[in-house]
Amino acid sequence: MRVPLSWLREYVDLPATETGRDVQAKLVSAGLEVETVEQLGAGLSGPLVVGQVRTIEELTEFKKPIRFCTVDVGQANGTGEPQEIICGARNFAEGDKVVVALPGAVLPGDFRIAERKTYGRVSRGMICSGDELGMGDDGSHGIIVLPPEHEVGTDATELLELFDEVLDIAVTPDRGYCLSMRGVAREAATAYGLPLRDPALLDVPAPNSYGYPVTIGDPMGCDRFVARTVTGLDPEARSPIWLRRRLQKAGMRPISLAVDVTNYVMLELGQPLHAYDRSRVEGTIGVRRAEAGEKFTTLDGVKRVLDAEDLVITDDRGAIGLAGVMGGANTEIADHDDAAGATTEVVIEAAHFDALSIARTARRHKLSSEASRRFERGVDPQAAAAAAQRTVDLLVLLAGGTAEAGVTEIVAPSGPHTITMPADHPDRVAGVSYGRETVVRRLQEVGCDVYGQDELVVTVPSWRPDLVAPNDLAEEVIRLEGYENLPSTLPKPPAGRGLTERQRSHRRVGRALAGAGYVEALNYPFIGEQVFDQLALDADDPARRVVTLVNPLSDEEPALRTTLLPGLLGALRRNDGRGSHDLALFETGLVFHPADGTDVAVRIPADRRPTDEEIAGLTAVLPRQPRHAAVVLAGSREQAGWWGKGRPSDWADAVEAARTVAREAGAELIVRQGQYGPWHPGRCAELAVVVDGAEKVVGHAGELHPRVVKAFGLPARTCAMEIDLDTVEQASAGAVQAPRISTFPVATQDVALVVPKDVPSAEVERTLREGAGELLESIRLFDVYTGDQIGEGSKSLAYALRFRATDRTLTVEEASAARDAAVALATERAGAVLRGA
Amino acid sequence: MSAPNKSYDPVEVEALKPEEIERMRDEALAAFAAAGDLDELAHAKVAHTGGTSPLALANREIGALPPQAKAEAGKRVGQARGQVSKALATRQAELEAERDARVLVEEAVDVTLPYDRTPSGARHPLTTLMERVSDVFVSMGYEVAEGPEVEAEWFNFDALNFVPDHPARQTQDTFFVQGTTADGKVTTGDESGIVLRTHTSPVQARTLIDREPPVYVVCPGRVYRTDELDATHTPVFHQIELLAVDEGLTMADLKGTLDHMVQALFGPDMKTRLRPNFFPFTEPSAEMDMLCYVCRGESVGNPERPCRTCSSEGWIELGGCGMVNPKVLVACGVDPQKYSGFAFGFGIERMLMFRHNVEDMRDMVEGDVRFTRPFGMEI
Repeated sequence: MRVPLSWLREYVDLPATETGRDVQAKLVSAGLEVETVEQLGAGLSGPLVVGQVRTIEELTEFKKPIRFCTVDVGQANGTGEPQEIICGARNFAEGDKVVVALPGAVLPGDFRIAERKTYGRVSRGMICSGDELGMGDDGSHGIIVLPPEHEVGTDATELLELFDEVLDIAVTPDRGYCLSMRGVAREAATAYGLPLRDPALLDVPAPNSYGYPVTIGDPMGCDRFVARTVTGLDPEARSPIWLRRRLQKAGMRPISLAVDVTNYVMLELGQPLHAYDRSRVEGTIGVRRAEAGEKFTTLDGVKRVLDAEDLVITDDRGAIGLAGVMGGANTEIADHDDAAGATTEVVIEAAHFDALSIARTARRHKLSSEASRRFERGVDPQAAAAAAQRTVDLLVLLAGGTAEAGVTEIVAPSGPHTITMPADHPDRVAGVSYGRETVVRRLQEVGCDVYGQDELVVTVPSWRPDLVAPNDLAEEVIRLEGYENLPSTLPKPPAGRGLTERQRSHRRVGRALAGAGYVEALNYPFIGEQVFDQLALDADDPARRVVTLVNPLSDEEPALRTTLLPGLLGALRRNDGRGSHDLALFETGLVFHPADGTDVAVRIPADRRPTDEEIAGLTAVLPRQPRHAAVVLAGSREQAGWWGKGRPSDWADAVEAARTVAREAGAELIVRQGQYGPWHPGRCAELAVVVDGAEKVVGHAGELHPRVVKAFGLPARTCAMEIDLDTVEQASAGAVQAPRISTFPVATQDVALVVPKDVPSAEVERTLREGAGELLESIRLFDVYTGDQIGEGSKSLAYALRFRATDRTLTVEEASAARDAAVALATERAGAVLRGA
Repeated sequence: MSAPNKSYDPVEVEALKPEEIERMRDEALAAFAAAGDLDELAHAKVAHTGGTSPLALANREIGALPPQAKAEAGKRVGQARGQVSKALATRQAELEAERDARVLVEEAVDVTLPYDRTPSGARHPLTTLMERVSDVFVSMGYEVAEGPEVEAEWFNFDALNFVPDHPARQTQDTFFVQGTTADGKVTTGDESGIVLRTHTSPVQARTLIDREPPVYVVCPGRVYRTDELDATHTPVFHQIELLAVDEGLTMADLKGTLDHMVQALFGPDMKTRLRPNFFPFTEPSAEMDMLCYVCRGESVGNPERPCRTCSSEGWIELGGCGMVNPKVLVACGVDPQKYSGFAFGFGIERMLMFRHNVEDMRDMVEGDVRFTRPFGMEI
């Protein structure tokens, strides 16, 4: 809502010294979001005067037609002689009154007017358009032609009300009444403690039986309909400057007198109005729901197919308006230049419609109008008659019309809304002792009627449909007493238990990966399903089942991720493209797997706690949303430098990242040879954990498949790891059990075993560990050799075994025996042969 | 030591004559003095104190002497050996000192050499800032609550008093999820009743349904709205939400809690300001501003000292808050006659932007390591 300060002052006697910024501060404190204060006329200075065009000489020798005019500006130019002015516009004639900027004037944008030679003549000033004066669009795109009654030589800045301040207020959905000057003025009056001149307090004639015939077919949708008729409108009558200027400042475009008047009254009182050309309305006006599929063309020329829930205004032929949203083309007010002849008789509608119905219709037809915005947020039903009267008065005054005596007013019976509230309720909400007297006074300022002592019975004003519960009234009291005056106290929560084990684990995983050199990236979860082809997933891979958005930002990426890889690989590629080539990135985040079967939530009410079954029903239709962790690597893991060579990142780094995640989550990770879509078939580790005695595959790690590297445009040998963090956390072994530390000496034995190439080292290690028995303290693979010395198809694994007993120093014989037992089991289970044996 | 010897050879004991012992000692001392470095000294040590050195051999001969000669010879040899080993130790110390003075200097390195062998990692500042804010509340006794990102509309809107078709529901720019109805139709509008949560507030409703009051929780998380990515908007962003439901909570408690938060995050003299606003799930509702932590409000009306952080407004808009609407309590099975509560939520991106002078929202989104790395592990 744009509120010109000059207009606001009509209803509240604000101190003359108050600036727009001052009023802004007061209104903000009262809860109106005044976003900006626009300074109209900033940078404009005169002389700017009314002139009358005496002569026009058409200059035709130039590329475009140019006019050399003489304009009478009275004594404003000091000489009384006509002012000679070159003008490129053509929408005026000799004898027209225009606005002239004389030399010395400055127009907005630091446009300085001076005598200058142009088109072979000397131009001494400028004939102005609305745009040039910063007045906004008036629809004419030409120079301003003033009504003839204005005297030449008079100051035009005042006439055109060029200097003003406009408050731009973002009205919250609960304060529909502030979509009017009346509502904002009420807030301003309260904020300043000044009386309000309520523009809705008008003498309105009583309804009678000879007004325009109206029948309401749907009193739920339309609980009030006022109709008035004005005849004998002067088809030549135009909106006066003050009216046009107020509309412009409020952000609306002047159109024609009848339309301008209805818009003006809407801005003033908040009541949307519609004027029908009476000669084009046939018979009784009605209000009903549309028939499904009914067709109707709105004022904007769009042909619409109506829904059975849309509320329409009708005459005997059919729909003439989409109630509360937009009128119909078939009864549109005709302009004075309309071929069919200008409108001379109008029926004025001031009705009240159901907010929800209007909201749905506006949304359904994607048609948000000034009227629908107000009805959605709640219009004062009691103001309808006054608004109709105000419209009639202005049409009579400005268009020479005659108000017909008939007054139609159909009102569905309804009582005022009352709220019962303990008088100290606002005190208890705020934590402040306002006292009953203050509470009552503040509620009365809002417009409420208040009765009662300890228990207040509060009747809310008709323009505040948002006030329905005691807390709503508490807010009114607290805001008018000033939020800024609330004290600051701290509640005493019961002792908390800190972060959960899972939350700690998430943090540890992030820290450990960052500690290992990975940089966290938080990627969007939006994907296109073609990424699954790029990732070389099988056609029946469950990861291909996605949750899809109805309204994605991009049609290319309508689905939600089932893997973190596309986002991370995108970030890797972006970094690489920007010149960072040695990369290690990680992400932890949710992935989304659709629920099985039907996934439409049952609508349940919100006026009570849902039953456990209802909650289970909601949960069942939601996608499964496990948290994953993933890393991607490319380039060097260790850089080359003065210390020596660098080391490219490789599959082992990716697997180690998985071990890091599992370690921080407290889970034992099983790593084995695997094969899965995106990964190099020979360099892919399958990752598993044991949960409740059952082994679960939780992810993969290794080098990416060259095809995937190519499909994503990644650096060669990019590596990756992805793991289901939630499941890994389920495998957590709980608190670490402290090892017993022996202080006896260690006995070290090295063995080199030759095994077939395809035997996993993990298996060899497992058998060694088992065979060595409990004297084994640790085992470490320190070398892997393949080559001539051991023959093709084999590899040599060299292990350092450390033995130690808790109660004695081991003899060489004991340590050797344990080693031999380890080797024997490796030989038996893994076909290992002691190297050199 | 050798066993007593009764048959001794007088010729062999020549070596035990006093002049012989002195000669051996003097040769040893001379050799140590002549040793120019620790290696030479080590050789001299072997030659003159080792098992086959003359003095060691002489020592061995003592056993062959007649008993009456043993004591005197033993004394003589012992003294000589004592002098030799003392001289060795002295020379050893001298040479080591010399080495330390020379060699360790030669081994000096340039300690200013850069060492970026393994580039450092970092956590995303949005993650760490969320943790940091959460921790402020955890230290007050709050617990951290979480919820799903794909959420039922009931939790995201209905339970929070966003009635269907209410204008407030339209302002949220919601992503709707496609559903499949029982008769196999794929939904094309909001019929699935499933959305990407537009705020962290549904976690409020979930928490109230799951737990008995008193409830004090903080809910950090990712949320979604249909905004195109630009310098100041992102469709995927992060919020942190606070909820307290207990007996007798007031707006003054809300104000105090907010004051405490900004003081914990921005310094002890910080404060907040509440302005009336509207949110369906709180009543009364307020917009919450914090004092500009850079200019402390001193840039207002002071064109000499403009403040970029608050655009010389003196205050920074942080988020929305209010007293939990009793309708929300009812929808979550909490008795509004007995309990009241307050809630507060704000965007982490915005706080990161003004707290760390981030100029472009896209920097937080694109995952450029150059942006994230300086933030390290904590914020």
